[in-house]
Amino acid sequence: MDFDFSEDQRLLKDSVDRLVRDTYDFEQRKTYIAAADGWSRENWARYAELGLLGVNVSEDHGGFGGGGAEMMLVAEAFGRGLVIEPYYACVVLSGGLLRHAATAPIQDAYLPGIAAGETLFAFAHHERHARFVAHHVGTTATATAAGWVLTGEKSLVLHGDSADKLLVTARVSGGVRDTGGIGLFLVDTNAVSKRGYATQDAMRAAEITLDGVVAEAVLSLDAWPGIARALDEASAYLCAEAVGAMEELLAITVDYMKTRKQFGRAIAEFQVLQHRAVDMKVQIELARSMAMYATMMAAEDDADMRARAISAAKVQVGRSLRLVGQEAVQLHGGIAVTMEYKAGHYFKRLTLIEKSLGDTEAHLERLATMGTAF
Amino acid sequence: MDLSFTAEERQFREELRDFFHTAIPDRIRRKLREGLHPSKEEHVEAQRILNARGLAVPNWPVEWGGQDWTPVQHYFWQDELQQASVPFPVPFNCTMVGPVIAQFGSLAQKQRFLARAANVDDWWCQGFSEPGAGSDLASLRTAAVLEGDHWVINGQKTWTSYAQNADWIFVLARTDMTVKKQEGISFILVDMKTPGITWRPIQTIDGGREVNEVFFDNVRVPAENLVGQVNKGWDYAKFLLGNERTGIARIGISKARMKRIRELAEQELDGDRRLIDDPVFRKKLVSVEIELKALEMTQLRVVAQERHLEKGKPNPMSSVLKIKGSELQQATTELMMDVMGPYIAPFFEEHDLEFGNEPPVGPPDAATAAPMYFNMRKVSIYGGSNEIQRNILAKAVLGF
Ligand SMILES: Cc1cc2nc3c(=O)[nH]c(=O)nc-3n(C[C@H](O)[C@H](O)[C@H](O)COP(=O)(O)OP(=O)(O)OC[C@H]3O[C@@H](n4cnc5c(N)ncnc54)[C@H](O)[C@@H]3O)c2cc1C
Repeated sequence: MDFDFSEDQRLLKDSVDRLVRDTYDFEQRKTYIAAADGWSRENWARYAELGLLGVNVSEDHGGFGGGGAEMMLVAEAFGRGLVIEPYYACVVLSGGLLRHAATAPIQDAYLPGIAAGETLFAFAHHERHARFVAHHVGTTATATAAGWVLTGEKSLVLHGDSADKLLVTARVSGGVRDTGGIGLFLVDTNAVSKRGYATQDAMRAAEITLDGVVAEAVLSLDAWPGIARALDEASAYLCAEAVGAMEELLAITVDYMKTRKQFGRAIAEFQVLQHRAVDMKVQIELARSMAMYATMMAAEDDADMRARAISAAKVQVGRSLRLVGQEAVQLHGGIAVTMEYKAGHYFKRLTLIEKSLGDTEAHLERLATMGTAF
Repeated sequence: MDLSFTAEERQFREELRDFFHTAIPDRIRRKLREGLHPSKEEHVEAQRILNARGLAVPNWPVEWGGQDWTPVQHYFWQDELQQASVPFPVPFNCTMVGPVIAQFGSLAQKQRFLARAANVDDWWCQGFSEPGAGSDLASLRTAAVLEGDHWVINGQKTWTSYAQNADWIFVLARTDMTVKKQEGISFILVDMKTPGITWRPIQTIDGGREVNEVFFDNVRVPAENLVGQVNKGWDYAKFLLGNERTGIARIGISKARMKRIRELAEQELDGDRRLIDDPVFRKKLVSVEIELKALEMTQLRVVAQERHLEKGKPNPMSSVLKIKGSELQQATTELMMDVMGPYIAPFFEEHDLEFGNEPPVGPPDAATAAPMYFNMRKVSIYGGSNEIQRNILAKAVLGF
């Protein structure tokens, strides 16, 4: 184990940190949200140019050939900047699915498009009563002469409104919550009906109806092991993104405490508030450690060990982000509940991260059912 | 001591419950139940129905429309009203400025303002906080200078809730710069239509429009609009804040939220299991319910005690109610998000939800769960932040 960055990692970190610093201040971010897609195509092109869209794509497919550690660096920087482009939906989730649940010819056909920023993918997976059970798939896939025909409703599809292609889960056999019999298919977005909307954290999502759509390609007819792996990687990404957002939020809070004066002094001088800032710091340190642990374990081949580690990390990060988000608002006072000030936007993003890929309660239950965190 | 409610008390409670459920239109109560915001017109409509029955301002002196009730009756009133999701009588009128005018105002002021406030013929707003004067309210700088028979007010207020609805604003203004800061403040009633007043909305993180900045530029107010004595405004403000604090506990509202959470958890399916059948979730629910029960009994004790305290003197127990009541309101918003799970994510404008422009995504009330969680962070900040309440209690507990 080595906690220091390699030369390549340092370069990557410097470049993504600089990118966020230069292009993602609070005012600039507002203009991206206001754009036609609800995010910036210009930024997307810039990410492609800097190689960020291919960080974890192999060099053969036009990527950087990096792994979890590299993704963690990007996630943290994007968390700090509250980046709203579809990086998580397209590069992390869909890229992960292509790498772990698709055949070589499919990877050859589509991974270069992600790395180059040419094709936008989204993962159409969640269904209405899945709650936090990732292998809940009720959408059906039927083999016909024309190909696989998909029928069902997909919900909360992140960036499903602007995607070109969808990766769709559908059941080939078995019951709604069986892990066996889940197929993964490629569908052109023009073939589905979709309803896009904004999310609480200024990103986008869509409800998608598959009304007998013929799949463009099959990634896998037994996709669960690959999907589980991609979701575990995505969880590690979210943990790191949360760490970046929490660190920035603490920095914003501490800055404010030093400048805000009440009762003739900076509120940072009130010891009771100092201790609260320190409690935030403690939670962030624990979260950072567990985000690293998640990154490390996301590469584990043993699915059971991997899942338990990911759940442990998601619980710690979920607890940390709740405390950090709430305390940041409280220590600011009224200003943090306004749209005009940035702190509240971090609080909102953090809240949504907790409800993504299983909330704290769901991961506690999963881990308790599977065994031990050790 | 007799720790049971009498038959008359129980009957009184049932009559109120009945009235709230039948007389206040369900179309208004439904909004509160589902986490939406009734319009100004709906608030006024509901309060006028209450007022016609003497139920808008029971906390006021009887001669000005209040009720000669026992503490238990007052508690039943608030509890049943809130549990029925009846919009609370405009607090700026009924909990804040009304009692101040009734206690410290001139006879002319009482005659002019009280009945209109009870009936929301005037909507009041609270002009206390300023950009530089939040927790340290006494450091406020908005100044009023007497010129002939007018106060001339200059300065800025902020966080003014529902200024957009308001006809009048009660303002704390500095009237003496030369004395200790608490001793140079006066309490002045200002018509919002007076030339020189402008306001700007501040959007809250949930997307809501409730707070505003209010600017005063040479605003001329008749001298008779000063309440009580000049430079005694801080005493009146403390009296008002004590009432505001107790009001913020809102236990009945939290109980109504808990009921709604249970209802929705009974419908919400995780696969084919109802969320309410999850024992872990049920434990979380009852934990909050237990704390609410404890707070409710505490509030009853505090209200009963109040009769024996010197009138107008703040009771440190009101800080206990404010801290715990605000925390529990926030806890209910977290439980509601637990019900919604991933469906807290979609964002819709309230206007679009209300008029059905956007069909809901996910369970009922999903669209209001996260906004309510975000918005309700305010209750541990306003009405004197919970840190300030702890400072007050520290003095009482440590005997300083
Ligand atoms: C939604 C909303 C509606 C409101 N409506 C109104 C209204 O209608 N009218 C009105 O006049 N005001 C209103 N307020 C203002 C409210 O009363 C103030 O926000 C509150 O007094 C806190 O002031 P502040 O926001 O400036 O925070 P600050 O006073 O700057 O406090 C920042 C932080 O420092 C802490 N702190 C401050 N002093 C101390 C201390 N001595 N010891 C320990 N900690 C301390 C606070 O607790 C807080 O955590 C509203 C506020 C909100 C958010």
